Amino acid sequence: MAKHETPLLDQLESGPWPSFVSDLKQEAANRAANPNNVEFQVAQDCVEDILGVLELSYKDGVTHWKHGGIVGVFGYGGGVIGRYCDQPEMFPGVAHFHTMRINQPGGKYYTTEFLRKICDLWEFRGSGVTNMHGSTGDIIFIGTSTPQLEEIFYELTHNFDQDLGGSGSNLRTPSDCIGSSRCEWSCYDTQAICYDLTQEYQDELHRPAFPYKFKFKFDGCPNCCVASIARADISFVGTWRDDIKIDQEAVAGYVGGEFPPNGGSHSGRDWGPFDIEKEVVELCPTKCMKYDGGKLLINNKECTRCMHCINVMPRALHIGDDRGCSMLVGAKAPILDGAQMGSLLVPFVKVEEPYDEIKEVIENIWDWWMEEGKNRERLGELIKRQGFQKLLEMTNIKPVAQHVKEPRHNPYIFWKEEEVGGWDRDINEFRKKHLR
Amino acid sequence: MAFISSGYNPDKPMENRITDIGPQKYDKFYPPVIAKNKGKWLYHEIIKPGVLVHVAESGDEVYTVRCGGARLMTVSHIREICDIADKHCDGHVRFTTRNNIEFMVDDKAKVDPLIDDLHSRKFDGGSFKFPVGGTGAGVTNIIHTQGWIHCHTPATDASGPVKATLDELFEDFQNHRLPAQLRVSLACCLNMCGAVHCSDIAILGYHRKPPLLDHEYLDKMCEIPLAIAACPTAAIKPAKVEVGGATVKSVAVKNERCMFCGNCYTMCPSMPLADQEGDGIVIMAGGKVSNRISTPKFSKVVVAFIPNEPPRWESTTACIKKIVEAYSAGANKYERLGDWAERIGWERFFEKCELDFTHHLIDDFRDPAYYTWRQTTQFKF
Repeated sequence: MAKHETPLLDQLESGPWPSFVSDLKQEAANRAANPNNVEFQVAQDCVEDILGVLELSYKDGVTHWKHGGIVGVFGYGGGVIGRYCDQPEMFPGVAHFHTMRINQPGGKYYTTEFLRKICDLWEFRGSGVTNMHGSTGDIIFIGTSTPQLEEIFYELTHNFDQDLGGSGSNLRTPSDCIGSSRCEWSCYDTQAICYDLTQEYQDELHRPAFPYKFKFKFDGCPNCCVASIARADISFVGTWRDDIKIDQEAVAGYVGGEFPPNGGSHSGRDWGPFDIEKEVVELCPTKCMKYDGGKLLINNKECTRCMHCINVMPRALHIGDDRGCSMLVGAKAPILDGAQMGSLLVPFVKVEEPYDEIKEVIENIWDWWMEEGKNRERLGELIKRQGFQKLLEMTNIKPVAQHVKEPRHNPYIFWKEEEVGGWDRDINEFRKKHLR
Repeated sequence: MAFISSGYNPDKPMENRITDIGPQKYDKFYPPVIAKNKGKWLYHEIIKPGVLVHVAESGDEVYTVRCGGARLMTVSHIREICDIADKHCDGHVRFTTRNNIEFMVDDKAKVDPLIDDLHSRKFDGGSFKFPVGGTGAGVTNIIHTQGWIHCHTPATDASGPVKATLDELFEDFQNHRLPAQLRVSLACCLNMCGAVHCSDIAILGYHRKPPLLDHEYLDKMCEIPLAIAACPTAAIKPAKVEVGGATVKSVAVKNERCMFCGNCYTMCPSMPLADQEGDGIVIMAGGKVSNRISTPKFSKVVVAFIPNEPPRWESTTACIKKIVEAYSAGANKYERLGDWAERIGWERFFEKCELDFTHHLIDDFRDPAYYTWRQTTQFKF
């Protein structure tokens, strides 16, 4: 018998898509039955209370969670988000119900051995409810009490060799795409650099010293599967400088209908036979391709590496060998001053250990932002406020035409004194030639 | 429920303390076929919706079966994932950025038994636990934020609207009939933990009423200057207010200047915005993050407001379905939703999707607004 009636939530159990309500009910029943005799360290019926408080929100049309208080583990300023219910008497099991962020492994690969250990810990010391995964990438533990925070942290660090993720005005937990571990399009090892920078900047990740949040995300190619260009303060997008590699026999295979275009992505509709002119050559944004006499030709100098032709013919076309990444900066969601896409700062850099060149750019940006950034000002907003030129100056990067889509629309250039032969002039000298 | 110590000594927090160790190293968890062929993959193919094969230079193959899941997931469910991975995948599994679960096997013969197993598992309520799909020119899992289950600023729920929308779009999760991939995302408030602002279709929770002012507690709960500074439109100013005969320091809000972003509430708990009638959903469309063919683009607001309709958000899911069907009927092969809208013109987009155009959809927020108005005589009747 459920502790709270949930007639509204119950309507989310039907339909084909996996029902989180059914899952929560299964967990509530599991805790009530407790087949493994777990000595629950938070309320045994807390999942019943999650269902209860959510049902109340479905009735009221508003949330019943309050602002977080200052909770965390000793010496860290992030990784834990305080959370309290605004109806603690109705739902005592979730009165104090904090979130913990656990830094996910690169590529989100797991062994079941590790996952089961995580489950055992979280069932024992928390609600057993998670997000796999949170938006930034962490494993999210939803709901535990204040005294359990240190206990969980102790167990994670001592028995799991595992740390918390970031929250607040910290470096947020970096995340990566699947990269070269299982993708032929990845121009660098996303997991290796993601791990290296996460380890290098542990202090920035755990101890808030920044004006606001700061995100790194690593996309192996311009398809941008982790959306770095839309949401990372520094996004690392794989690219290459040399030629797309062409296997003409495989091109013929696509033209002849032997291989499905786009790796079989369009199998649910009859789009007619594959037409390389229409589907590849004409869709190329720079029109740098030709299909001539049964051969595909690419003028690589004019190619902007959009990935379309490679996506359509993955057996025939392969990324070049001189690989690295582009670094774009300042992406963010709309709050507050409107959304920003990442802007190109470093057109190309090799992504090779120990990543010194990349770290120099990162640290120059941080020095500037920590000095000049206002409270809760994202990097993108600082760049808008002080100008892209200032960013180039602070990172010692030479301006190139690649930095802009087009040149400025106005002549309001902030000329520097040294660029114009000095500003000091003598009015009396001027008046000798120009009478009052 | 006796307290059981982990070994941590609260009197001596620094004793044996371990910090700054970071995550598990990624390669500890690679399946053997991944570890062996990393960096040497040659090509891949989607052999049917939800099933990919990657072929390595060595000739090795890895078959991936992708299935959807609610990102809100309990340990019982994760243990079931582990049972499946133990049975079919030698104890390996991974998750995708969009909250899908991927089971990988190194032999084609192992694929069908795995799929049969996945599809045989249902929750007591009747929904699939592990629907296979989410690849190619279809709809993949909806990324989303926390919503009413655990957040203090949402203007809508997250898991509920996502479940309702994916029930509506379920066929397209398991099919490749669309012109290109279609990414749907949900953020339950403007903070956009999920950064949904570059999605083909974004479902965004939004408040529409200015903050309430809890004068009696405001000065005790908040730093007034921070609350004032938090307002992007300078609608908040300091004020002295009479409460129960006493004069207290508080703030005043110029309501007509409020853009309902909730940034003041983030800084000051005594300024709550949430309201059953005021809160609801904004639909945005036409964004993308990929650089393929066209450059990445922001989603545009195409429906200014749909009321919250728990538990199944019927108007929201119907609106999304309409957009998906119009896109499916009108776009060219490989054309993303935003590229289609730009090709036919947004005026035509509203017609094709049977959406009303209202004044709310004309940008009036700062400089970028001007660049969205039409500075040409080229338009369609």
